[in-house]
Amino acid sequence: MDIHGETLKPVLEVKNLNISYETEEGVFRAVQDVSFSIFPRESYGLVGESGSGKTTIAFSIVRYLPPNGRVCGGSVLFDGRDIYSMSRSELRDLWGGKIGMVYQNPQAAFNPSITVGKQLAEVAQFHLGVSLKEAMSRAVEMLRLVAMPDPESVAKRYPYQLSGGMQQRALIAMAMITQPELLIMDEPTTALDVTTQAVILDLISDLKKRFNTAILYITHNLAVVANICDRIGVLYAGNLMEQGRVEQIIKNPAHPYTYKLLQCVPKFKLSGEKSYLSNIPGSIPKLFEIPEGCVFVPRCPLADKRCWENRPGHVKVENWHYTSCFNWQKVEELRREEVKQGEKLILKKSETTDREEILLKTQNLKKYYSISRYGLNLFGKKRSVKSLDGITLWVNRGFTLGIVGESGSGKTTLARVIVGLTEPTDGRVLLNGKELGPTTGERSKEQLKKIQMVFQNPETSLNPYHKIGNVLARSLFLASQGSVKGRKTKKRIRNDVVRMLRAVKLPPEYIDKLPGELSGGEKQRVAIARAFATNPDLVLLDEPLSSLDVSVQGSLINLLIDLQVQNRTSYMFISHDLAVVQSISDWVAVMYLGEMVEWGNSRDVLKPPYHPYTEALISAVPVIDGHGLKKIIRLKGSIPSALEIPSGCRFHTRCPRKIGSICESEEPPWQKGDGDHWIKCHIPIEKLAYIENQKE
Amino acid sequence: MFHPEHESVDVETAPALTKRKGRWLLYWRRMNRQIPSMIGTFIFLFFFLMALIGPLVSPYDYRAQNIKERLQPPSLRHLCGTDQYGRDIFSRIIVGSRNIFFLGGSGTLIAVLIGATLGLLSGYYGGFSDEILTRLFDVLLSIPPMLLALVLLVTIGPSKLGLIMVVALLYLPIEARVMRSMVLSLKTREFVEAAKIRGEKNLYIWFKEILPNTMGPMLVEVSMRFSYSVFLVASLGFLGLGVQPPSPDWGLQINEARGWFSIAPWMLIFPAIAISLLIIATNLMTDGLRQTFYSTGGIE
Repeated sequence: MDIHGETLKPVLEVKNLNISYETEEGVFRAVQDVSFSIFPRESYGLVGESGSGKTTIAFSIVRYLPPNGRVCGGSVLFDGRDIYSMSRSELRDLWGGKIGMVYQNPQAAFNPSITVGKQLAEVAQFHLGVSLKEAMSRAVEMLRLVAMPDPESVAKRYPYQLSGGMQQRALIAMAMITQPELLIMDEPTTALDVTTQAVILDLISDLKKRFNTAILYITHNLAVVANICDRIGVLYAGNLMEQGRVEQIIKNPAHPYTYKLLQCVPKFKLSGEKSYLSNIPGSIPKLFEIPEGCVFVPRCPLADKRCWENRPGHVKVENWHYTSCFNWQKVEELRREEVKQGEKLILKKSETTDREEILLKTQNLKKYYSISRYGLNLFGKKRSVKSLDGITLWVNRGFTLGIVGESGSGKTTLARVIVGLTEPTDGRVLLNGKELGPTTGERSKEQLKKIQMVFQNPETSLNPYHKIGNVLARSLFLASQGSVKGRKTKKRIRNDVVRMLRAVKLPPEYIDKLPGELSGGEKQRVAIARAFATNPDLVLLDEPLSSLDVSVQGSLINLLIDLQVQNRTSYMFISHDLAVVQSISDWVAVMYLGEMVEWGNSRDVLKPPYHPYTEALISAVPVIDGHGLKKIIRLKGSIPSALEIPSGCRFHTRCPRKIGSICESEEPPWQKGDGDHWIKCHIPIEKLAYIENQKE
Repeated sequence: MFHPEHESVDVETAPALTKRKGRWLLYWRRMNRQIPSMIGTFIFLFFFLMALIGPLVSPYDYRAQNIKERLQPPSLRHLCGTDQYGRDIFSRIIVGSRNIFFLGGSGTLIAVLIGATLGLLSGYYGGFSDEILTRLFDVLLSIPPMLLALVLLVTIGPSKLGLIMVVALLYLPIEARVMRSMVLSLKTREFVEAAKIRGEKNLYIWFKEILPNTMGPMLVEVSMRFSYSVFLVASLGFLGLGVQPPSPDWGLQINEARGWFSIAPWMLIFPAIAISLLIIATNLMTDGLRQTFYSTGGIE
């Protein structure tokens, strides 16, 4: 019996699958004894953090493993037939015909030199055996089905002429054109903006209803699967920890890992309260350190003797719901304990912000990039990309300003201009009331020390040839101005380095390690320590968590909050993730196309009235348990090019609440709301508040 | 058995259990696995050794003429036969490798030193001077190398120093380009930006942050460039613009042997084999180096 209550045969059956990779350092088992099946019309979500083997499973289902990967046990049955005993021609029939695949990076999935329509038609021609003309019309029809605006013209365009969201839509159309029995989606929305992700997710759940296709959805994001899948399998270090229906897993997790993972997903609360986040101490076991017993045991709060020695088998909790944990009945206890501690997690926020000392101030900051290479343009008018267009804001000492917006809104440029890596076209940056030079070269050592930055990508943040200890020692040495030399200082610096490693919760042994030996989260900790080494007043955090796993994100946020409290440091926290921003920020600024559209105290910004753009951003955040906003708002298209900024209100081309021609012709005024809260919109603030209240 | 030690240790703060290995040991292991490259490396090292100690180990003096034994085919007495003056060809090849390594090698090294410096500076600073330098190199690269070498050597007259300078000039723009492109990508890496933010001087950024990251690819490039320069030096020697007789030189030997080819083909064949062998060996070694340094993906 399947999940819909009918007796159906599964489309896909994975039985005791084992996959191993041969690497330079030996053989490691990437997937161990994984079994699950997917029925027609069902969507199955495979969730796991990086290194859990989820993509390996996806590739093994279509026999696409890299040359060093090998299935060393178990079987994959598609329609009851073993995929690994099929001939080459049968497989060709399967690929793109009966099994469709949607990848994470749509840009790499399309051939850049063939039009989108032709690429879709080719699939139809090959698998359905129809004529080119018929195939082309089916391609256009399919593009229409995936809600592509203006499908005829899109079919004639080349992939690079489409935005990321549209490319992903076209890719889904390509996978669906043969009406496959199984659709495998590997992180299809991870590379997209939240607003675009929301639209694509809507599309997938819509397609699910209309076609009979079964979906295998692979992602690291629990909130996403919770919204679009019927059943979930939770992977950890190549093992299936728990599987069951969505509501079973979400409401009643029977595995400590699932339970902790659910806790880690940042909860978006409209109250805008600053709070610590949950996390799972430790990290996913390194490839060759997989424990003998349960793979989760080193991080498990419920682990006992049994767990270290034996690997638990699959235990039935109820219908459809299986777990592989000896102590699953105790998971409920974890919850009770958590509730007791819960109150402590919320941080008290200071009420008075106006009276605080202003640390950093920017005045009318602008950054235009000229399009022609030499600044000359002989033909036509001069064009420039306006990345930043007049940003005026301030940061109070010891507080956090969160900056949100889609990619292309100018968040990163703002940080780079403030820190002096990018020279502004116009405007001033003041620190403690003193104007700073436009680039790092023109700032004094003393000024440089005061502003530090933590970058998005931990992999390139640290020089692969420098030992961790040397990285920190160098920063400390520069900060002490190199005034004293000799052995005594050396020893003192070494002690300081150890103290700093402790402060970011890394063991002193890491002094002699190279960055290549550290995990992403650990590297980011070193980067944070490096930023704090000079004892700065302001630390700019440019999406510091976005490349890290959820279970690690929480511990980093907590670390940042602690460091802030200890040192009275100010942060500028840039992120596209509203839930994370809310947990750390006192102030929030919302940016769109190089401009601020709303800003104020985070309590006020994240509560109605909203700027229509903020409202759409909040509505797009996938949440696990019920939605914060009742009405779902989706934005049309993607952020316009900064080359051609719309006249009037910059947001009018996508605004769901546009009131008329005034939006197109006049720049909206700043309106002041209750408390510290400003909105840049033509709609009167009372009306904005009214719209939101009506929904409730 | 119950593992109490696991309980007390917070895994994230425990030192990683993987055995630490030196970077160079890892490179050596990777190189070792590639049999053709190892063969290439050994042949290269053999010639290099000969270049160093050739005259000491060669069976005959490379200048010793022996009219009685002129134009002898290869035999146990003369492994590669003798030439029209009765000189031992094997000895001349061994001693001749010194010229090839000295001329090609120092030419390449000068090209690398100057080219990499220019590439680093123009890539790092960018702007107008970078534009001028890049275009200048484009012009140099647009002239066929052999033609440029001939024109220059004919003008200044054949000499060892002249030959080195020509090799250096021909390869300098290429080295500069390779270095420049690496610097362009490295200077936007976050660790370089972090160095700027904490107030490092440019010298520190170049030598401590950027250059270590270019070493692997540069080693590959130098090795490949050397094989080209062997080819170039031999060709110029053949045309009589390289080393002058009676010094042994592979290209020159081939040129002298042309007239005797129908009677004594070994005079031509063995120097030719030596040239090919050294070039192929260097290329195989380059291949191994590339596999070794690039298999971690990109510039590491």
